[in-house]
This record gives sequence, C-alpha cells and structure tokens, in this order.
Amino acid sequence: MISNTKKIKNKLAKRYAKEKRFQIYGLSAIAISIAFLLSLLINISTTGFPAFQQTYINIDVDIDSKLLNLDGKYSEKALFSANYRKVVNQSLKTLFPGVNGRKQKKALRQLISKSARYQLRDFVINNPDVIDTKQSLWFLARDDVDVFMKGGIDRSLPESDRRLKNFQLAWIDRLLAENRLEKRFNINFFTQGDSREPEQAGIKGAMIGSFLTMLVTMFLSFPIGVSAAIYLEEFAPKNNRWVDIIEININNLAAVPSIVFGLLGLAVFIGFFGIPRSIPLIGGLVLTLMTLPTIIISSRAALKAVSPSIREAALGLGASRVQTTFHHVVPAAMPGILTGTIIGMAQALGETAPLLMIGMVAFIADVPQSIADPSTVLPVQIYLWSDSPERAFTERTSAAIMVLLGLLIVMNLLAVIMRRKFEKKR
Amino acid sequence: MTFGVILTALMALLLLGYYTGRKRSISLSDKSNQRLHSLPQHYGYLIAFWSGAPALLILLFWSVLESSVINAAIVAQLPAQLQQLSADEVELFINEIINLSYSNVAIDDDVKRHAALYYNELIEFSNWVKSTAVFILAFIGMFVALAFVKPEMKARNLVERLIRWAMIGCTSIAVLTTIGIIFSVIFESIIFFKTVNVFDFLFGTHWSPQEAIREDQVGGSGSFGALPLFVGTLLISFIALVIAVPLGLMSAIYLSEYSSPRFRLFAKPVLEILAGIPTVVYGFFAAITVAPFIRDLGESLGLSLSSESALAAGIVMGVMIIPFVSSLSDDVISAVPQSMRDGSYAMGATKSETIKQVIIPAALPGIVSGVLLAASRAIGETMIVVMAAGLSANLTFNPLEAVTTVTVQMVALLTGDQEFDSTKTLAAFALGLGLFLTTLVLNIISLYVVRKYREQYD
Repeated sequence: MISNTKKIKNKLAKRYAKEKRFQIYGLSAIAISIAFLLSLLINISTTGFPAFQQTYINIDVDIDSKLLNLDGKYSEKALFSANYRKVVNQSLKTLFPGVNGRKQKKALRQLISKSARYQLRDFVINNPDVIDTKQSLWFLARDDVDVFMKGGIDRSLPESDRRLKNFQLAWIDRLLAENRLEKRFNINFFTQGDSREPEQAGIKGAMIGSFLTMLVTMFLSFPIGVSAAIYLEEFAPKNNRWVDIIEININNLAAVPSIVFGLLGLAVFIGFFGIPRSIPLIGGLVLTLMTLPTIIISSRAALKAVSPSIREAALGLGASRVQTTFHHVVPAAMPGILTGTIIGMAQALGETAPLLMIGMVAFIADVPQSIADPSTVLPVQIYLWSDSPERAFTERTSAAIMVLLGLLIVMNLLAVIMRRKFEKKR
Repeated sequence: MTFGVILTALMALLLLGYYTGRKRSISLSDKSNQRLHSLPQHYGYLIAFWSGAPALLILLFWSVLESSVINAAIVAQLPAQLQQLSADEVELFINEIINLSYSNVAIDDDVKRHAALYYNELIEFSNWVKSTAVFILAFIGMFVALAFVKPEMKARNLVERLIRWAMIGCTSIAVLTTIGIIFSVIFESIIFFKTVNVFDFLFGTHWSPQEAIREDQVGGSGSFGALPLFVGTLLISFIALVIAVPLGLMSAIYLSEYSSPRFRLFAKPVLEILAGIPTVVYGFFAAITVAPFIRDLGESLGLSLSSESALAAGIVMGVMIIPFVSSLSDDVISAVPQSMRDGSYAMGATKSETIKQVIIPAALPGIVSGVLLAASRAIGETMIVVMAAGLSANLTFNPLEAVTTVTVQMVALLTGDQEFDSTKTLAAFALGLGLFLTTLVLNIISLYVVRKYREQYD
C-alpha cells in the first residue's frame, strides 16, 4: 500500500509536464498570431514594392508635320487634335524595321503605353518648335514589358504559357542592349487617377477621395460624438430609463455590421433625401454614423477619467455646470477624446463595405475636386484593382495597400503619442 | 452664389453678430449704470445664434429641395410626348440637360437647348432668391435679438439652455440612426415579402436572383431561397471561430497569467494590430495568397479544392477576430479576484490547474460574451468573403467547397446597375434585415452577460 504523499509525488512530474505544455500552448498561440501578421505584411510589401518603379522606353520620334496631319496650321486647337498616334507608331516602325504581319505589328505598337500619344501631344503643345525635328523621348512601357523587366515573366516557360512571345522578347533584348529600357521611380502612381491601363493607373484620385470623405466625416462626427458623450456623461439624469435606452443603443450600434450602415445610406440619404451616389459627401455621412459610437464610447471613458475634484472645485467657485464642463472637464479629457477620435477616423479610413452600397465603386478616372464630385476611396480602389486580372494590377494593389497601411500606422502612432502624453499628466 | 460662398458669408455674419452683441451689452450697462447679469460674451453668443441658426436652417432646407423643384419645373415645360416617358427616362433626360447646361458645347436639338437654357435661368434665379432670403433672415435675426438685449437679461442661462438642447440633439442622432436602420430595412423588406413568400425566402434551397429578361432565358429563374446563404455564412463563421477561439483564448491566458510585463507590453499591441488592419487587406491576402496556398496544399494531399473555398475565407477571418476574443478574455481574466487564485495555489494546484479549474470557470460568462461578439463580427464581415469566397450558392457543409454568404450576396445585388425598387435590390434589404437581427441578438446577449458578470465581482 502506497501512502498518499507518495501517490502525489509520483504524479507530480506528470503535472509539471502538463504545466509546461500549457504554457507552451499559450506562447505558441501568440506566436501563430504574430507569424500570420508578419507573413501578411511581408507578403504585401514584397509584392507591392516593385510597383514603386516603372519601366520607360526610349524612342527616337520623328515629329513629322505631314504625319501629324497639320497642313501648315499650328494653332493650339490644331495641335491638340493632330494625329500623334501615327507619329508614335511610325517611330516604332523605324526603330524595328521589317516587322510584318498584323499580329506582330499590333504587338509592336503594344510595347509602349497608350498614353504615349498624349504625352507627345502635351510635349508638342508646350514646345511647338520641335515640329519637323527628331526627338529622343521616354515613354511609359506597357504593363507586360514592365512586369517582364521586374522579373515577373519567366523566360524558361514554353512560349504558349507566356504573356510575351519569343519575338517580343527579342525586341526587348534589343532595347535593353541599346539602353532604351530603364526603370525609374513610378511618379505616376502618386500623380494620376485610376485607369484601365495598369501602367497609367495611380492612386491620386482615390487618395483625394479618401481625404474629402474623411474631412466630411471628421467635421460631423467629432462635434456630434463629443457633444453626445458630454451630455451622457455630465448632464444626463442618472437612472433615467431613456438615458439607459440610449446607452444600450449606442453600445449596440458599435457592433452593427458596417454593411448595414451602407443599406441605411442607400435607403435614407440616396433614396429619401436624393443625394447623388458616389460622392464623398454621402460617403462621409455614412462613415459618420458608423464612427459615432466609437467616438462616443471612448470620449465618455476619457470624461469619466477626469477626477471629480476638478468638477467640485469649479462648482465650488461658482461656475455653472456648463462652464465647469467646458472650461475644466473637457480640456482635461481632450487628449483621451482626441485619441478615440483618431482611432475612429482610422477605422473609417479603412472601411470598404458600406461605401460599396452607396455607389463609390464606379470607375472614375478624374481626380475629384470637391465633396460633390463622384469619387472613390483608397480601400475601394484596392478592392477594384484586386479584381483586375492583369499582373501589374496585383502589384499596384499591394502598393496601394502599403500606402493605406502607412496612413493608418501614422494615425495610430499619433493616437499612441497622445495617450502617452495624457498618462504622464495624471 | 454657391452653397460654400453663402456659408462662408454667413460665418462672417455670425462673428459680426457675436461682436456687436458683446459691445452692445457693455455699452448698455455703462449707460444705465446697471451691472450685467451675465458676462458680455454670453450676449454675443446669443446674438450670433439668432443671426446664424434660422438662416442656416433655411439654407439647408432650400439646398435639399432645390434640385427636385427645378427638375419638376423643367419636366413641366417639356413637350407632351417627352413628359409621357417613364420616370427613369425622364431622369436620364434631365441629367443630360444638366450636363449640357454646364458645358459650352453648341446644342443642336431645339428642345434640349431650350431646356438647358431654362435650367440655367432657374438655377440662377434660385441662387439669387436663396442668398437674398438667407441674408435677410440673418440680419432680421441679428437686429431682433439685439433689440432684446438688456443688462438684466439672463443671457448665460439662455445660452446654456441652447447648449444643452444642442447636446441632446447630438445624442439623439445615435438613436435616430438605429431607427433609420430599422425602418429602412423593414420597409424595403415588407415590399420584398409581398412578392416572395417569407418561408420560401427563409427555407428555400435555391438561390438565383437573376431575373429573366427574355421569356426563354435559361437560368434566370429569379428564385430567392436564402438557406444556402445562411448555411454558407454559418460555415465560414464557424471556421473562423474554430481558429479564433483557441488562439485568442490561449493568448489571453498567457498574457494575463504567465507573461512578463515587458513581453505583455510588446505582444498586446501587436495582437491589436490584427484588429486594425482594414478588412479589404485581409480579403486581398485571402484571395491572392491563402486561397492558392490551401488549394495547392489540398492538391498535394490528393483533394480537389475550388480556388474559392470556404476554408481560406474562414481562416483569414478567424485571424482577424483573434483580438476581439483575446482582449475581452484578457479583461475578464484579469478581473477574476486574486483571492481565488491564492486559494487554489494554497490547495497545492499548479498554475495551469488553477487556470483550468478556477479562473476559466469564473471568467466563463465574460469569455462567452467575447466569443459571441466575435461571432457577430464574423457574420457581418463583408470584404473578406466578397474577395475570397465565391458567388455560387451551394448548400453544403463541406469547407473545401465554394460557398457564398449573406453579405456577399448583398454586395452582389446592390453594386450592379438596376433601379432602386427591383426585386433584386429589395432582396438585399431583406438579407440586411436578417443580418441586422442576428447580430443584434448576439450583441444584446453578450452585453447582458458582460453586465451581469461585472456586477458579480465589483
């Protein structure tokens, strides 16, 4: 017969092993989560990084006034509508003489971007004296060439599986040998609106759209959210049924799926008030309603953290309730309120689903000028591009994600800094 | 004048009102040798309010109604045969005229040119009347309010009452939002359920919302059996929870019970980052990286997977909701009183035994409510499933097949081009009603549980 002490001692090693295992489970759960986060970030940045470069092709362009169809007229209007396409195509032909067959000729034209003719047009309009001269110009390369230059097309694959055929590769090799291909910083990505052609597509339109939408959201949700929080925290009667209902309601709203806010926007703002679709104004309105609960909840927490002695001191000196609140309590809570607002704004900046419902998914190439112009926003642009089959768009999608994440990191850092400052004061 | 210009001018008037009000109160008290009841700026605020608020209301009201009134006026003067067009065609026509009136292009069509000119005239007239009305009202408000200023007037109390009402107005927006959601979703759903039977919608197994345009079109049956969507949503949410609950719970336990403060300070914010990444990023990652990876993995194991499997979307969604589970669990585990731990240690239990047999049972209600909140997140999540799950409505519980969800179908139904009250858009609202009610019930239960639990240990 073994004594109880011995029984327990025998079990002890097993129990300690169990303890160790449990601890490892916990640590590995954290490790798995962090590993996933890292793989996401690394994956996105490795695919997105090449998009910050763009291949350019150098071509000697013979700006022949006959080919331009100018007939001796050099007015701006004539220059604007001249036939630049022909000039560009002819220059390509001179560069690669002996290209025959419809298919090959078409492929030759597709070495450079469709934007080349507009680039040439602007160049000629700005410098009219280049007409009837030979100029060496750099044009955007087509997306396939660009992808190849960044190593996205494998030469060793059989020809039928490649986007670029053997004769096209031969052209590219010649261009490379003559130093006519160059990778430069992709400035277009930041200065252009959306486009169907990957090499011309940029995020400026989406960035401005996001900015305008955020502007509307901020100007509405900050004052409304903070006033609501102040009322609920400082003025509302305690133990009142209505106030209880409002509180429960706000907590519930914070957890309502964002897409439902899109339905609300569609039915009320578009269907009932007749605000046009796709404009930053309506996007901002919907995002305001969505971020209000976040701002109210965090502002209330910040107000609650202000020590009651401040209130009592002010009231004791004869300040009214409103004066106490606005002169003493709110300033003391401001860092906390701003932190909550920034986090709410960051949420709104990354939001996509409700904006799909109110028509901000339309293809818009123009950069919006005001809150009443049709536009899209950065996350929706990411969604739109991710749907495009071209490989160059995948790259650009990741690059746009990098920009979006960068903005979010800046906003969150701001919130963290403010929170630190807030904590030091206390 | 445009809306922006009027608004800026109004703001300037507001400032003017504030300063004249302040000045007048001071000069009045000087003249009558009477002390002011309130500080001079309170009189200023009061004047500013009366010069700004009524004018602003009119401005907003006018701007909202303007376009519909003008459109109606244009339609009224169109030739009779144009007026008989359907509402959509009339709207198209008006849009064309508005675009024409802004551009400088010469218009060949007589009717259109007249309409465009008329439109320009009306807009000009409306702008003129609007700005005059707004400014007259602003000045009337200012002068009437100035006339009321007396030293014994209780300006501070009036201003404070105004502030209080403004704050109540702001608070009620939150309530109005809920009411707006409920009404907009319910109204459209009622119209939808007039054409589609409720039971067919809830329990029908065939979902193909495409309506036949031609009589003989194949596949355009327009049937709205939403059961496959509900099952798909549940399947993906279940996969997400299978990933998120163990990972989130174990992380929370480790962080609150085992980790050193320094590690906690590092790991907690890193986990929170997962909640801050926009869902569209997760969706892209799921579609471009995780789904192909899982497909290749399945192929190497001899399984045939569709590239849009429920598994990929579910896994990524699970990772997204880890922080929801972990931070709530962390809170409730930290809230378990130390005395309970000490009691367990005193009985000779190891740390893990204490956690399993004392802390988790004590924190269970809080953990459950965290899981419920995470589940409601998963059910309502849109972008991940839109980008990584498919559109094909399969009624299946197999995670390797492609399924579709309620939110995916809502996006699909509403992002196409169709008129507002077609059965398809209405179906999206009916789905939205279901989604709203489900998440509402989950949220209410979880909030109730949390509240109940907090009282227990406070």
